[in-house]
Amino acid sequence: MTGKQPYVGQALDSPHAFTLAPGPTKHTQYPYVTGTSVLGIKYKDGVLIAADTAGSYGSTVRYKSVERLKTCGKHCLIGASGEISDFQQILSYVDKLILNDYMWDDGNNLSPRDIHNYLTRIMYNKRNSFDPLWNTLVIGGVKNGEKYLGVVTMIGVHYEDNHVASGFGNHLARPIFRDEWHENMTLEEGIQLLEKALTVLFYRDRSAINKVQVANITAEGINISEPYALKTNWDYKAFKNPTAGAVGSW
Amino acid sequence: MEEFGCEWNDAPHSMGTTIMAVQYEGGVILGADSRTTTGAYVANRASDKITELTDNVYICRSGSAADSQIVSDYSRYFLNQHTIQLGRDATVKTAANIVRELSYGNKSFLECGLIVAGWDKYENGSVYSIPLGGTILRLPFSTGGSGSSYLYGFLDQAWKDGMNKEEAEALVVKAVSLAMARDGSSGGVVRTVIIDSSGVTRNFYPGDKLPLYYEEIPYRPTVEPMSA
Repeated sequence: MTGKQPYVGQALDSPHAFTLAPGPTKHTQYPYVTGTSVLGIKYKDGVLIAADTAGSYGSTVRYKSVERLKTCGKHCLIGASGEISDFQQILSYVDKLILNDYMWDDGNNLSPRDIHNYLTRIMYNKRNSFDPLWNTLVIGGVKNGEKYLGVVTMIGVHYEDNHVASGFGNHLARPIFRDEWHENMTLEEGIQLLEKALTVLFYRDRSAINKVQVANITAEGINISEPYALKTNWDYKAFKNPTAGAVGSW
Repeated sequence: MEEFGCEWNDAPHSMGTTIMAVQYEGGVILGADSRTTTGAYVANRASDKITELTDNVYICRSGSAADSQIVSDYSRYFLNQHTIQLGRDATVKTAANIVRELSYGNKSFLECGLIVAGWDKYENGSVYSIPLGGTILRLPFSTGGSGSSYLYGFLDQAWKDGMNKEEAEALVVKAVSLAMARDGSSGGVVRTVIIDSSGVTRNFYPGDKLPLYYEEIPYRPTVEPMSA
């Protein structure tokens, strides 16, 4: 019943490396196609997670329709920032995990906490082999009434909290969350808070685009919105005339 | 022992390149330039960067020539076995995923950006982009190679959904020619491959027959010898 699941020390047995290079396989990598921030907050009925749909290639916004929020099983959603190919690989591992769990047919299924723990082990063990999956993951879900929201980074740092973010979101969104998040927000309040943070990220993160998805996980199930655009404001006198009164144009 | 290497002789063969694939109503169009360079020298001015993987699936290659060739060869080998075992044509999705397995699994060794496109009876035409790193994305159209930098703005404006075969091919030829006009690593001729339910058609657009753009001048044989 076990397929080829990731295991400790796996990186050293690279299955697809058709290489004759002598010495240990070196895998220290660089990210190529990357996603930027993922945001997550708990609210009254569950968890909300949001991300834009950009896949950047260095400074170029190369792909504008990359879905960085994916469901895993019935109770859990994973959002990823960082290298997209590694995220696609993680989804493949989680898919196999969920399938394996389903095949037991024992009336039980994995909770978001279980999936978080599994991902933590993968990320940390690969980090120890100098072959990381170059992602920061946000895991959220609801099971048996318990709301769960956590983060795993590419070096295996893991934690849970009432509100989380990855990348730029840590610097721009978390302070907003610290000020304005409170226990038992309604769905409308939660979305408003996320959209406020997403708007700031669009203004101030060069890798962000104005095309976002918000996922809502509740006891009833998971719903990921179609991509949509945020309202932005540029109509300020100071923007139209930034250098009024200044000599020169700066 | 002294090093005798010259940078232009010894630099790895790279396909600076402009590659592109577009999905249309009944199939796909693949397009590419034909320049292969070793440093600044054009090693091959008429390369064929659109390579066959199966009867119904082709691949556009960019980046390191050696890397893209070996990935294509292994993919063709695995797909050949797969087709025999499956008993019918491989799907474009399967072909693209085999290319991705190689690209992702050897990511620290390879430097090639690939576009896999073709026709199968389940999805009709499909285009899969497999950039550096081994991400796989199905898209209505995709570009790659150094020349593609010059096409983002052009295609944002010129690509429309629901093009027919003639419009799609015209777009590919125009885009690749525009990139060749500005990218030093792209040039030569434009090759296109059209794949649909009835099979594969190859087209050839020689470099001197391509449209001329800003500050380019036509060839005119001199009628009078130059006067003193």
